[in-house]
Amino acid sequence: MPTIEVDGKNFEVDEDGYLQDWQEWNENVAKKMSQDDGIELTESHWEVIKFLRDYFEKYQIAPMIKILTKEIGKVMGPEKGNTKYLYELYPAGPAKQACRYAGLPKPTGCV
Amino acid sequence: MAKTPKPDELSKINYTPPQSSWIDTPTELKEGYWCYGAKPKNLEILHFPNPREWRVQDEDWKLPENWQEIILEGMKERLDKYRSFKVFMDICVRCGACADKCHFFIGSGDPKNMPVLRAELLRSVYRGNFTAAGKILGKIAGARPLTLAVLKEWWYYFFQCTECRRCSVFCPYGIDTAEITMMGRELLNLLGLNTDWISGPAANCYMKGNHLGLEPHTIVGNLSYMLDDIETATGIKIEPTFNRKGAEILFVTPSGDLFADPGTYTCMGYLMLFHELGLDYTWSTYASEGGNFGFFTSNELAKRLNSKIYAEAKRLGVKWILGGECGHMWRVLNQYMDTWNGPADFLEVPKSPITGTVFENTKTTKMVHIAEFTADLIKNGKLKLDPKRNDNLKVTFHDSCNTSRGMGLFEEPRYIINNVCNNFYEMDELTIREKTFCCGSGSGLNAGENMEIRMRGGLPRANAVKDVVDKYGVNMVANICAIDRAVLTASLDYWVPGTKVTGVHELVANALIMKGEKERTTDLRGEPLPGMEGNE
Ligand code: SF4
Ligand code: SF4
Repeated sequence: MPTIEVDGKNFEVDEDGYLQDWQEWNENVAKKMSQDDGIELTESHWEVIKFLRDYFEKYQIAPMIKILTKEIGKVMGPEKGNTKYLYELYPAGPAKQACRYAGLPKPTGCV
Repeated sequence: MAKTPKPDELSKINYTPPQSSWIDTPTELKEGYWCYGAKPKNLEILHFPNPREWRVQDEDWKLPENWQEIILEGMKERLDKYRSFKVFMDICVRCGACADKCHFFIGSGDPKNMPVLRAELLRSVYRGNFTAAGKILGKIAGARPLTLAVLKEWWYYFFQCTECRRCSVFCPYGIDTAEITMMGRELLNLLGLNTDWISGPAANCYMKGNHLGLEPHTIVGNLSYMLDDIETATGIKIEPTFNRKGAEILFVTPSGDLFADPGTYTCMGYLMLFHELGLDYTWSTYASEGGNFGFFTSNELAKRLNSKIYAEAKRLGVKWILGGECGHMWRVLNQYMDTWNGPADFLEVPKSPITGTVFENTKTTKMVHIAEFTADLIKNGKLKLDPKRNDNLKVTFHDSCNTSRGMGLFEEPRYIINNVCNNFYEMDELTIREKTFCCGSGSGLNAGENMEIRMRGGLPRANAVKDVVDKYGVNMVANICAIDRAVLTASLDYWVPGTKVTGVHELVANALIMKGEKERTTDLRGEPLPGMEGNE
């Protein structure tokens, strides 16, 4: 199984680089993943990551986009509660890229 | 993950077959064409054999020592059990009528994606092991031994068939290559060879009741956000019930509608319609999946997953079941459910409480497709509709393989669309109704890592869409399947950018005039309605 190394520790990831065990995650994992993509994580990025992790803990799945945009809008202001803003932060898509940095698995099925 | 070539590169398709005969042409497993292998945890949940870590690109697939024996035994068992399988192995005359009918052949030019040749991959092993001529004459009789290379070739091409059955419409013998693929996949599963994009959702469904693995409180939570949006758009507050015993109707839809756009808008459509009718119905957080990824694995698993819907109907004591906009759910329901888990005699023959129509066609399954239900409402004048609200849309309809070829549901969705939209245009007649082209990624092929073959397989459908875009300015492709909603969104974005995708009940809800609604200024997506552009 592929791994990524963060602070001298190996973390198991799947073929697309998603963490195998979301509970093993720490902030440096997100930093390492984003560095590899050439993205620097700002406060705004962390807001999204933090929301995703809190949500996942309660619901065992990433939030649907509707929930993510609404909740981010509540925290960061209505002008930011939209997919356009999220794509600016995460160009490869909030569902994929932000979830990966947050250590969550990708959803499967008719999606 | 392999990088997907750009459309102008991908559309240069080479139809010249290789010089060597197919049997002597080795198959290379190209990245971008296959999906990741099934993870051990998912196979364990499903009690499937040979759970282990393995990688498609590795030489060693970690098969059991006696894998050939297992496959041949499995083949024998299925030849005895399924008459269709035996007949399809024997009767093909290789006339070639099916050859250019498969979207994967059209989009890839790979001869092994001709339905006849796809079947031949399995048939050659059948001949070599189960027919006298093949045993004696070998290759001259079109037989070959079951080697590891053959097994890998099966894996590669049986997961490059969407089990769409378009080929069968053109075969003079009615040979259904989808059923051959289904047998091929069953055999592969005896060795733990599934894709993870299929075994993951199947395991989720087995454990939690739906492919996505949505927990009960997640389902309720997701719907509550949709209800908020409905209230914003219409001023109407809706309070649906969950797991309610004694409801008249159990409603079951694919979980994609509960999670992913644009399916969520279709889901809002269901909620609004049922509220307006005052329907005595309930959602279930246990049987929370209309789709059946077991069907893409084996008949046995499909049966297991299907049984949950009926167990829940029994537990809740409902009279009948209403099913949402899903594709393969209806192939399972219409063609398999009765002999697997039916007839569902503990339920009543479905009767619309609004119109009194009895759905005789569902006498044994007791499950009605929502397109039939809604078409009947409109026919009986039970809905107040304002189609002008959809006047910004020029709509075409994509028939899902399974609702069209699996149950002949052609007129109902068209009838509904024509009543809720003013601008409807058909695609070319060779690409609709029973001849419909697959979205390109059905039967569990809608993963991320096989994007190149998905886009290739999606080309014929996208091409027909492009034709009506160019001719009539079509900007919306309607359908009645959750896989379509996910898949067409990606393939049209790739081939015909700017064209959007919708479920039929999203269109219904936009046009539906509800009792006590405020003046509507936006559609369900929050976009201004035609004529309301300045009112935001
Ligand atoms: S059309 Fe039927 S008989 Fe002809 S090659 Fe295809 S499967 Fe065989
Ligand atoms: S069932 Fe569909 S995908 Fe499979 S071979 Fe036939 S046309 Fe191709």
